[in-house]
Amino acid sequence: MLKNRQDLIDIRRIYEAAAGHERKILVCCGTGCMAGGALNIYAELKRIMDEKGVNCSVELEKDPHGDVVGLKKSGCHGFCEMGPLVRIEPHGWLYVKVKAEDCEEIVEKTIIGGEYIERLGYRQNGVLYKEQEEIPFYKKQTRLALEHCGHIDATSINEYFAAGGYKALEKALFDMTREEIIQEIELSNLRGRGGGGFPTGKKWRQVYNQPEGTKYIVCNGDEGDPGAFMDRSIMEGDPHRMLEGMMIAGIACGAQEGYIYVRAEYPLAIERLRAAIDQMYEAGILGKNILGTDFSFDMHINRGAGAFVCGEGSALTASIEGQRGMPRVKPPRTVEKGLFAKPTVLNNVETYANVAPIIVKGANWYKSIGPEKSPGTKAFALTGNVVNTGLIEVPMGTKLREVIYDIGGGIRGGKEFKAVQIGGPSGGCLIENNLELALDFDSLKKVGAMIGSGGLVVMDEDTCMVEVARFFMNFTQNESCGKCVPCREGTKRMLEILERIVAGKGVPEDIDLLLELADTISSTALCGLGKTAAFPVVSTIKNFREEYMEHIVDKVCKTKTCTALKKIVIDPELCKGCSKCARNCPVGAITGEIKKPFVIDQNKCIKCGACLDGCPFKAIKEA
Amino acid sequence: MCAKPKTMMIDGMPVLIENEKNILEVIRKAGIDLPTFCYHSELSTYGACRMCVVENKWGDIEASCSSVPRDGMEIWTNTPKVRKYRKMILELLLSSHCRDCTTCNQNGTCKLQELARRYGVSHVRFENSKTVPEIDDSSASITRDMSKCILCGDCVRVCDEVMAVGAIDFAGRGSKMKVTPAFGEPISTTSCVGCGQCAAVCPTGAITIKNDVAAVWDALSDPNNEVVVQVAPAVRVGIGQMFGMKGGEDVMGKVVSALRRLGFNKVFDTITGADLTVLEETNEFLTRLENPEKLPLFTSCCPAWVKYAEEKHPELLAHLSTCRSPMQMFGAVLKEQYKNTGKKIISVAIMPCTAKKSEAKRAEFNDEQGPATDFVLTTQELGQMIKEAGIVFNELDPQVVDQPFGIGSGAGVIFGVTGGVTEAVIRRVSEDKSNAALRILEYKGVRGFEGIKETEVEVGETVIRIAVVSGLANAEKLIKEMQEGKRFYHFVEVMACPGGCVSGAGQPVGTLAMKKKRGEGLYQADKMSILKHSEENPTLAGLYSGVLKGKVHELLHRTYVDKRIK
Repeated sequence: MLKNRQDLIDIRRIYEAAAGHERKILVCCGTGCMAGGALNIYAELKRIMDEKGVNCSVELEKDPHGDVVGLKKSGCHGFCEMGPLVRIEPHGWLYVKVKAEDCEEIVEKTIIGGEYIERLGYRQNGVLYKEQEEIPFYKKQTRLALEHCGHIDATSINEYFAAGGYKALEKALFDMTREEIIQEIELSNLRGRGGGGFPTGKKWRQVYNQPEGTKYIVCNGDEGDPGAFMDRSIMEGDPHRMLEGMMIAGIACGAQEGYIYVRAEYPLAIERLRAAIDQMYEAGILGKNILGTDFSFDMHINRGAGAFVCGEGSALTASIEGQRGMPRVKPPRTVEKGLFAKPTVLNNVETYANVAPIIVKGANWYKSIGPEKSPGTKAFALTGNVVNTGLIEVPMGTKLREVIYDIGGGIRGGKEFKAVQIGGPSGGCLIENNLELALDFDSLKKVGAMIGSGGLVVMDEDTCMVEVARFFMNFTQNESCGKCVPCREGTKRMLEILERIVAGKGVPEDIDLLLELADTISSTALCGLGKTAAFPVVSTIKNFREEYMEHIVDKVCKTKTCTALKKIVIDPELCKGCSKCARNCPVGAITGEIKKPFVIDQNKCIKCGACLDGCPFKAIKEA
Repeated sequence: MCAKPKTMMIDGMPVLIENEKNILEVIRKAGIDLPTFCYHSELSTYGACRMCVVENKWGDIEASCSSVPRDGMEIWTNTPKVRKYRKMILELLLSSHCRDCTTCNQNGTCKLQELARRYGVSHVRFENSKTVPEIDDSSASITRDMSKCILCGDCVRVCDEVMAVGAIDFAGRGSKMKVTPAFGEPISTTSCVGCGQCAAVCPTGAITIKNDVAAVWDALSDPNNEVVVQVAPAVRVGIGQMFGMKGGEDVMGKVVSALRRLGFNKVFDTITGADLTVLEETNEFLTRLENPEKLPLFTSCCPAWVKYAEEKHPELLAHLSTCRSPMQMFGAVLKEQYKNTGKKIISVAIMPCTAKKSEAKRAEFNDEQGPATDFVLTTQELGQMIKEAGIVFNELDPQVVDQPFGIGSGAGVIFGVTGGVTEAVIRRVSEDKSNAALRILEYKGVRGFEGIKETEVEVGETVIRIAVVSGLANAEKLIKEMQEGKRFYHFVEVMACPGGCVSGAGQPVGTLAMKKKRGEGLYQADKMSILKHSEENPTLAGLYSGVLKGKVHELLHRTYVDKRIK
């Protein structure tokens, strides 16, 4: 139990020393690697080390004695494509795609023998990269919010202490006034990482200025964009970092309670947060009179049932209150009347994770990263048809090309780049022309896109953009809360039209009708999610109108994605009339006379492809 | 120095900003009928229908219901952009709305129909996804058809915010969202009190009042029946609105004529029943006054309140007056009076109320003569029958009700407005029966539309503390504070609908101003009446010595018991 500032300084010093340069194996236990069997690898390593008598420690201890090898479960390293990942300290080696069978060798050669196993190393274009930091995927990144993810044991507050944890809290409690904290955040130009990019300092000041006595700090961990997992990785990999940020907000704004709203689909994040909060209470960092000051703070976790709309501020607070998660009209804004109708600071996970380094290193340091108006870094979930998928963090203003080609390693399978969907279902697509675009709040806004929470879905030439639009509209339509008419009914009708188009039943007026609906929804919907619901459709129409027209007029999907538009034909030149295809056809769509070319009745054909594979003369083709 | 008045520009006209909570109110004050489905000044702002959108000077769109008026603001309410959006919203609503307008209960009074016409929506470009009715007709008071629901949430908010009942809420997400009782159960199994305020605020035919017109026509056309009818006080000041009259006029004479033309054999006025209630309730009160543990006495004339007490406050049931409501007292008296005429007596009541339909069906009121009231028709249903029969209402000569119950007092008339029952009881218990005393009473705080009113009167040595509430949410608040010991009363009048029966859901839909006019109409009728005190009604003496002899308790009283499953 830490009773005062000196206790905190002492414990940090002890663990800093303990962390030292000892040998450590970090098994990535982010959700991705866990799915790949990371827990098995962890257990196997432990078993083998026990068996071989390697002095193995799973806990960071105050008093490291001699030759101990620390075995840790770390948070997400981000390089999920290559998982399960195992990092070897102090060398900084990274082993990729590790299997349980490899563990024996790792212990034998690397731990006992101190030898690098080339077989498990990462190769790109024939080059072997031994050290994690040298791998191009990592080299172009600047890890700030994700600084500790993958490097420390996410379940240990001691490792967080060792990594300089709670220094910012200490500074905020003892060396700064509330006014100074807010000024520092304002000066840093930190902007909300949840999508809107609202200046965090300004938000804090608005809450600080409210005369009301009870205030709340709420963290939005309801990351709902398909394919996005930045916040999840922080909550899983470095929960204390985010909690520290929330506490600093509490000190600055005069709040004594924090609520974390996490989707129930993130069980590991919830488990790690819960463990972290327990440790904080135990250490005296949460609770009454923290470190002997008159600042008291409590933290609660609320699990959301996974409604996308609960990422919207007023729906989120309603959900915490036990109400239906539905946005309400504003004013009053959340800073005036948020959770339980009290002034509330609502930021997302990544925003809070940026607070501690700003407090420790200062606003000027922070502003030196990225462009002045939107400084700092941004985490992105890089997914889709790119070589290196995973979690990345780059300085704001990094060019899209660098992200896709340098970090992402280019398009998978040597295909052509077609587009990248940014900002999830609220965002738009960027195309070839935008590759030189700087990724920051303002530059993206200019081209009608947004960072959103940071999903980046890369699409290659084989992607049908109409289908992409339909996919996102299907998502939004399902996730609309149903409150306001334009979003509830409008998205339903847009989806109907898109479904019609991909089914080959579109009519030329459909594009105008889609745009008219999109305009109505964007202009009149109640909340931010509604207002942006039609963006993917508008942006695909803007950039790929031709493709829409092909679907509608020519009834052709060039990428062969839309099943209904596929056409399977028999080449009469090659067909020998063997009747095998007709016998394979489950719907009786193929007819003909033996020894004469057979034909497919397009009205009956269900495009299953059973005939294609079976033809001994390769006479059947997809047109 | 006076603060400079704040103004905003609406369609290029300067308009003064007073205390309006949103620009929608300012716009309407400026004489522009901006359309809304989900906005009601008495309810919280929901902001879902988006019909009230306006354009600001930068060309951005704002929902006027949720924008705060600011000095110097400039907005436009009728630009090509907002017209286009409104039309699209209507088209979207119509695309998931059962559009069998011609056979809909709400045909002609439907807001969606009206606005679609106003905005010239002549064609819907989307497929209709709701063509099959989804009906819940389990309640005796209301019928719900969710295929006509536009999800404006007015019913949900009125049920929760005004009535504190919360029988319905939203369930489901996106286009699968619907308004439903918990777990999709029929409404009759919920704590619904039948007040019908949900139907009154529903802009479409999704919630309508149960219609009993056909059954009454059948009863009237059967020669073996003797159909007697009573008309509640609030009806006479409500029905005129259906025939183009100004609100609040007392047209009882025309109602009587119309009922005779429709074929009712005997026409009476519920105020006779109200006078009976006053006498019985006053006796009960004075008896209870001797046993303070039996106080406070809550009135029980309002069936929605009785149901509410049963559902939410069974602990108060012993404090509910055992007096039947005027309708049920009078209905029982009529059945008894005419039981030997050789015909089947059918007792019909014309009421401003939908909960009365449920009350009439309660087992407690079913005795050897059958139900005290066989059918309850609302003011609206009576209007519908008059129209169906082709009676030109406005040209009817007024007539008076039948004997032997042709006389009622002014005290009985004012039962139809909040505070009326209380005022009638005070008139009864006051020793000073002068007109001057009546004038003083008018200003003692029992009149007016405030939700919670209180007053004190002296009865002998005792100062009686009285509360008058209307709107069940106000009742809930009052009860809570009474139970916390913050308030104490001897007598509490509760009416479920804000403003009392004049605001009943069976009345033609009206604004708050309209409802207030109806209340004034009843006070005017009281002024014009010869008898001011219930006990002066000479009919009652005859009743007590006649049909009521030895049957007072059986015919005029009922005790409500806790029926909840424990």
